Amino acid sequence: MNKYQPLRLKWFSYLVDKKAVLCIMLLAILTLALLIFSVSMGQMKIHPVDVVRTLLGMGESMNELVIKSFRLPRILLALVAGMALAVSGAILQGIIRNPLASPDIIGITGGASLAAVTFLTIFSGRGTEVTVSIQWMPFAAFIGASVLGLLVYILSWKNGVNPVRLVLIGIGLAAAMQALTNMMILFGPLYLATQAQIWITGSVNGANWNQVKTLTPWVLLFLLFVWMYARRLNIQELGEDLARGFGSVVQKDRLVLLLFSTALAGGAVAFVGGVGFVGLMAPHIARKLVGSSFGALIPASALVGALLVMGADLIARTAFAPLEVPAGVFTAALGAPYFIYLLYRSRNL
Amino acid sequence: MRELLRTNLKKWIGFITGILLVVFFIGCSIVYGYTSVNWGMVVASFTQFDGSNAHIIIQESRVPRALIGAAVGASLAIAGALMQGITRNPLASPSIFGINAGAGFFIVLAVTLFSISSIHQFAWIAFFGAMVTSLIVYFLGSLGRDGLTPVKLTLAGAAMAAMFASLTQGMLALDEKALEEVLFWLTGSIEGRKLGILTAMLPYLIAGWLGSLMITGQMNTLSMGDDVAAGLGQNTALVKISAAVVIVLLAGSAVAIAGPIGFIGIVIPHIARGLVGIDYRWIIPYSGLLGAILLLLADIGARYIIMPKEVPVGVMTALIGTPFFIYIARRGLNKL
Repeated sequence: MNKYQPLRLKWFSYLVDKKAVLCIMLLAILTLALLIFSVSMGQMKIHPVDVVRTLLGMGESMNELVIKSFRLPRILLALVAGMALAVSGAILQGIIRNPLASPDIIGITGGASLAAVTFLTIFSGRGTEVTVSIQWMPFAAFIGASVLGLLVYILSWKNGVNPVRLVLIGIGLAAAMQALTNMMILFGPLYLATQAQIWITGSVNGANWNQVKTLTPWVLLFLLFVWMYARRLNIQELGEDLARGFGSVVQKDRLVLLLFSTALAGGAVAFVGGVGFVGLMAPHIARKLVGSSFGALIPASALVGALLVMGADLIARTAFAPLEVPAGVFTAALGAPYFIYLLYRSRNL
Repeated sequence: MRELLRTNLKKWIGFITGILLVVFFIGCSIVYGYTSVNWGMVVASFTQFDGSNAHIIIQESRVPRALIGAAVGASLAIAGALMQGITRNPLASPSIFGINAGAGFFIVLAVTLFSISSIHQFAWIAFFGAMVTSLIVYFLGSLGRDGLTPVKLTLAGAAMAAMFASLTQGMLALDEKALEEVLFWLTGSIEGRKLGILTAMLPYLIAGWLGSLMITGQMNTLSMGDDVAAGLGQNTALVKISAAVVIVLLAGSAVAIAGPIGFIGIVIPHIARGLVGIDYRWIIPYSGLLGAILLLLADIGARYIIMPKEVPVGVMTALIGTPFFIYIARRGLNKL
């Protein structure tokens, strides 16, 4: 049996890795299962069967209220944000060619946080309302993430970009962003200060449909772009010289991919804050499952990321009920040891 | 790069100038601020205290703040110099290696679990946290087949810092009462601290300062490399452990007093080395003086940027320190 199945249309051809497709389908089923399980858990337990029935529009009105207005928006937000963060990390690891790269370690998340907090501070009215539509917030976070991403890239340029230098400079800039974010919170109104602490750690608490509707198209659009670019990402991973030899426009592709990565990270951070280490862990786990070809790696990372953030949120919601812990605490508690494991494994640092 | 002050005479002159500058900036820190006072009033508040608003502000707020700034700045800088020495890593400092975050985590843990509030208990917990974190980071940095490398150490520190910061946030989210108690402290500021905090920590600080001066000779030997130092008959493990104790004393006390204030420990030792060269007998005292001056200046600046509000001094030091950090990272980690 052949490992690959070619898929050919008139204008499109693609080698489908059978095992990877199977893996991705399993992951998708797992994601769906976790979604339903997550909806059913909480202060008021709802039987999974009832959950499915409600989602299909045949449930009791009480269940419908709890699920549709409270649980589903936050779980969907966790799902979408997890996808975005994971794919953002997968892209960075591809173009930087460093397994330790991730949007939070190299400061992209920090730039997005700073921009989002600045946005809220500048445009907040006297009360608790924001004077400009909240729909612009991912855009602000995107700009913050892009500026930071480019800054890290430029500052680490010295006859080419050395991955170690890039990570170190990212760490430095991330610390500076953290300090500046603290300062913006101080400038801002008081209600923001109390919220911002939790938000920076990363939490989907208090999500609403509006946020889901804003973030989802943004993320799906860029996921599609990234997936279409997967071919070029594969070439990027071969290194600058080989990629150029294959006829790739290395610098242009790298810039476009960096923009995709920052767009995804920025959008996710704008709504869920800095849920850390997802962009680091998810691509690695996905790579173990489906191999390192980006055509399969991108959807697999997205699903693993969704599973991670949904799982973290589920624990955050239920472990200390009725208190809520920011989901970012759990991703960090899981991710930091993983980071150290990668550090231990990597030989050429 | 040759040092700027090459003869011993110049170094002594620089040292005395440094002391005078520290005294001068302590004075500035007392005089300049939102409530305007003048030098005469400062002297008067000591000689004939009259209970007026200005005198109370000077005695209760400005003087403690200036003295704490000087002590914390000096301690963080010396801790940074020693860390860079024993790890041979130019980016080593209490904040980047997660020691500040670790001490903060343990303090928040203690406040949440045992609801302690005395400054002496704070101090011991901060020491404990600093010690545990440094051990973890040092251990993790030396995992792997090629042993302790500067990059691994830095990355392990950054990862631990991120983890401790997240865990701290999580605990604070669980316990809002604890948040109220420690939030003032977590922001990293020397404003609004009472003089009592400084006097309570002073024994540890003095022990740390004296300890750092006592091991300067051994640090010089160690800076030639572990192998050479061992060949010259030095017990390198003992020297490293003593340096670690001093680092934990200094960084722990600084965190207990002022909360996490970053970047001083990175920037100052490099400037000190630029001034006096590679001799730790000079680097340590110069680091102390320069650290005090930097923190005092950053704190004075923090009052003027967004008057009448204040920027936390930790933000100021980060803004000053980041370009420096990038410069060092670009230059490469193998040059100390």
